[in-house]
Amino acid sequence: MIQELTSRLKLNFPAQIIPRYSCFRRGSMFILVLGLLVGSLMPLGGASGSPGSGTGQDECKKNNGDEKNGNKTTKKSFPVLSLNYENVRLPFEISLWVLLASLMKLGFHLMPRLSSIVPESCLLIVVGLLVGGLIKLVGKAPPVLESNIFFFYLLPPIILDAGYFLPIRQFTENLGTILMFAVVGTLWNAFFVGGLLYGVCQLEGTNLAGVNLLSCLLFGSVISAVDPVAVLAVFEEIHINELLHILVFGESLLNDAVTVVLYHLFEEFTNAGTITVTDGFLGIVCFLVVSLGGIVVGAIYGILAAFTSRFTSHTRVIEPLFIFVYSYMAYLSAEVFHLSGIMALIACGAVMRPYVEANISHKSHTTIKYFLKMWSSVSDTLIFIFLGVSTVAGPHEWNWIFVVATLVFCLVARVLGVIGLTFVINKFRIVKLTSKDQFIIAYGGLRGAIAFSLVYLLNPKHFPMRNMFLTAIITVIFFTVFVQGMTIRPLVDLLAVKKKQETKRSINEEIHTQFLDHLLTGIEDICGHYGHHHWKDKLNRFNKKYVKKCLIAGERSKEPQLIAFYHKMEMKQAIELVESGGGSKLPSAMPSTVSMQNIQPKKPPQDRALPQLSKAREEEIRKILRTNLQRTRQRLRSYNRHTLIADPFEDGLDEILIKRKKMKELEKKMNNYLTVPAPPADSPSVARARLASDPQAWGLKSVTEIPTIKVELVSPQNPESVKVVDEFSKKGSQPKGSEEEGGLTMRVPSSEKQRKDKTPDEEPQPRFMRCLSDPGPAAEDEDEDEPFLP
Amino acid sequence: MGASQSGPVHMFQDLAYKTGFSIEQIKNLHNRFIYLTQAEDTLRREHLENVSDLALNPIRRQIIEAFFDKRNMGEKEKGCLQEIGFEEFVTVLSFFRPPKPHTADEEMKNIKKEKLRFLFNMHDTDNDGIITLDEYRRVVEELLSSYEIMGAETAKAITDAAMLEVASVTVGQMGPDEFYEGITFEQFMQILKDVEIETKMNIHFWNLDTRTVQCGK
Repeated sequence: MIQELTSRLKLNFPAQIIPRYSCFRRGSMFILVLGLLVGSLMPLGGASGSPGSGTGQDECKKNNGDEKNGNKTTKKSFPVLSLNYENVRLPFEISLWVLLASLMKLGFHLMPRLSSIVPESCLLIVVGLLVGGLIKLVGKAPPVLESNIFFFYLLPPIILDAGYFLPIRQFTENLGTILMFAVVGTLWNAFFVGGLLYGVCQLEGTNLAGVNLLSCLLFGSVISAVDPVAVLAVFEEIHINELLHILVFGESLLNDAVTVVLYHLFEEFTNAGTITVTDGFLGIVCFLVVSLGGIVVGAIYGILAAFTSRFTSHTRVIEPLFIFVYSYMAYLSAEVFHLSGIMALIACGAVMRPYVEANISHKSHTTIKYFLKMWSSVSDTLIFIFLGVSTVAGPHEWNWIFVVATLVFCLVARVLGVIGLTFVINKFRIVKLTSKDQFIIAYGGLRGAIAFSLVYLLNPKHFPMRNMFLTAIITVIFFTVFVQGMTIRPLVDLLAVKKKQETKRSINEEIHTQFLDHLLTGIEDICGHYGHHHWKDKLNRFNKKYVKKCLIAGERSKEPQLIAFYHKMEMKQAIELVESGGGSKLPSAMPSTVSMQNIQPKKPPQDRALPQLSKAREEEIRKILRTNLQRTRQRLRSYNRHTLIADPFEDGLDEILIKRKKMKELEKKMNNYLTVPAPPADSPSVARARLASDPQAWGLKSVTEIPTIKVELVSPQNPESVKVVDEFSKKGSQPKGSEEEGGLTMRVPSSEKQRKDKTPDEEPQPRFMRCLSDPGPAAEDEDEDEPFLP
Repeated sequence: MGASQSGPVHMFQDLAYKTGFSIEQIKNLHNRFIYLTQAEDTLRREHLENVSDLALNPIRRQIIEAFFDKRNMGEKEKGCLQEIGFEEFVTVLSFFRPPKPHTADEEMKNIKKEKLRFLFNMHDTDNDGIITLDEYRRVVEELLSSYEIMGAETAKAITDAAMLEVASVTVGQMGPDEFYEGITFEQFMQILKDVEIETKMNIHFWNLDTRTVQCGK
């Protein structure tokens, strides 16, 4: 085997070492890996389990020289280096396949021109074909995509990824439409294709008479299901608008229940031989059981996962593990009862997500996200490669009429189904589906590996024409993935279909979305109409009152969505700013200099206390502040108005709240008089300094003080060292600037004027609290990229 | 109801023409109106406050006020009415009618503008055409009022952030001397242009719960 390996390597090497062109280098890397893979797979072949009987003996010889069976007679020299491949063959091969898949993925993205024309799935199938061809060339049988491996190892990550990140809002808004397409559409497709195929088989001259009605219907039901893997793979790249995406994708997920039921139904009937009306009725019941049962199983595991995550505050490291394991168990449990595993996974992910996200740490959240994406990506790649390999491997029986008929009927059925259903659905929808939308929905009905695996599972005894089915399915899959997958992108551009908008969710939109929800619920209540919003509101209230208390740890359970959103925004902003180098460039697109000082109520508050500052002094102060502010290169952006803790990754929200309360008490204790700079020595330490933001509040208190704020520097290393001397509150427009920055030392103006000219380094006293974004007024004198003063 | 049948029907037809509802919907709404007012002629605030489900709504006050706001009646004057008749009731509700299918783009824009105007009027309580910081803060506070925690502080923070965002988006650069007074209607339209109000701010009117209607007392 080694010789063959090396010979392969020798074969490959001369072909491509042309060092000048990097793509050749890359190509060589791939072919090298391919060669390695093929070489190592050769002993595997298509045969199952060749027990490496040679393993044991080598080991024995190495370790126990006094073995009974072993070497009594000769004393061999101690083997310094020995080869034992059989031991590690299985993991080795799996790793090689995964490595191959990942390298392929890497390669495609290094060639941008190719990946913009051809969708990834096509390329991967081609690679699979190549690998399969290579293996066959060597003379061994290439491995086929085992249904077990597919359903238990390759499919769950993709579905979990989809389910966990399912956009719930759009999904529930369009649920009726999605269900119509998934259930009615799939049924229509199945019977249409199955029935017509049976008709074709009955025709003379096709020598297909052996195919009975049930087999045709089974075949129809398998091939009519839109495949989530293929849809995801193609739709991800074309960035279509969210409505269409969720319609096609949701349909591909939910039709699993229909497929499962029809599959088992027809399989049973083929065994049984006769069908009665009762059986038909039982089939419908079975469908309800399968789908609802799957959802219930998923929801149970989801709640368990949410509940578990409530207690993980001390063992953050294994949080992601719980998510994955619970979801996988949901899938497997559903499969035990022949319920719809896909729906269980989706339900589990969707149910547990809001609660889990409130409980787990930020790092765990990132971990989960990236692990899911990684696994689903690898699975996806492997599936397509294996599809290619299986095409080369699988036993084929080509029958022109059957295959072509299948293809034609599938396309026709899909188009008719979509048009017919949309006609009915549009009567109930507010946002009607245009014909462009219908076209994309029909065109996006891709078939994929699930259909293939299901047919592969068929028992050849009951289904003698299984090979023909396989061939037909592979043809349809290839057609949909290649032709439809490749052309959908130019078609989308041609038809000017709305694309996905990449706008960031703004807080105004969030406020108004919530506002609208309540408004519509209110109007519905006034009209006495128990509609969509009414029930959603009831569900939300139930959720808030009972469920959240159980499943979310601590204070977060009472946090309203708006506040959670706001905090998330702040965090995101802070992280972005840290990542972008801490203030050299703004991540947001709007370099505006608007700050809180600009936002003034139209009428100043009426009950101002007498100003104790003379007008001139006030003017002076204002001017100083303004110039100071103008020197800072950066205004605090919307969500940064308050200085943030240096460590946004810390998830001690409880501490934040407590400290906030402390701040409020501190504020209340303030004396309201103008003083000479207050002694900065004793200051309570507060993690989050929240400066008075409210011109209104200032008006009510008769405060005219400019206290000193002495704040230690915030650095990422020691967030605890942030101190705030004095909270200040000043009426009128004066502190508007200062409150925004929060880090300036406010002293009586005369001394202020002098101080502002000195660099902060010369003054140990006024140290500035740094927001993550804010380099401080003196930063311009210093290095640009140094926002944190030592 | 004998001879007076033609009167209401005629009125219904007028209303249907003016507001875009169908006769059937207007009839249902009329039944509901009678139920709410308990067979009186005009609707007052107390009647609306009696709707039990509304009590749990955090912004019920603003919703109720919207029904009595003259600006929503298509009148130029500002101010509040004390009681409204059926016509005003239907006029306010017509803001929530889903647009008919095959509506032209121009008309969709108008519908969107009207709906946004309704929202704007709900926020702008002092009728000056601008949503100031206080008014906005009150909106946020009411939204959060159903939760017991945090109260004023976070509402302030969120409001400030929101206003800042509006100012940044609509006005852009502002010198430190300029003051931004509040959100005007144009700016309001601009920041909410992505929310697709014309499709979201609708309820279906064909399913009124008329089992609680009592005809005649």
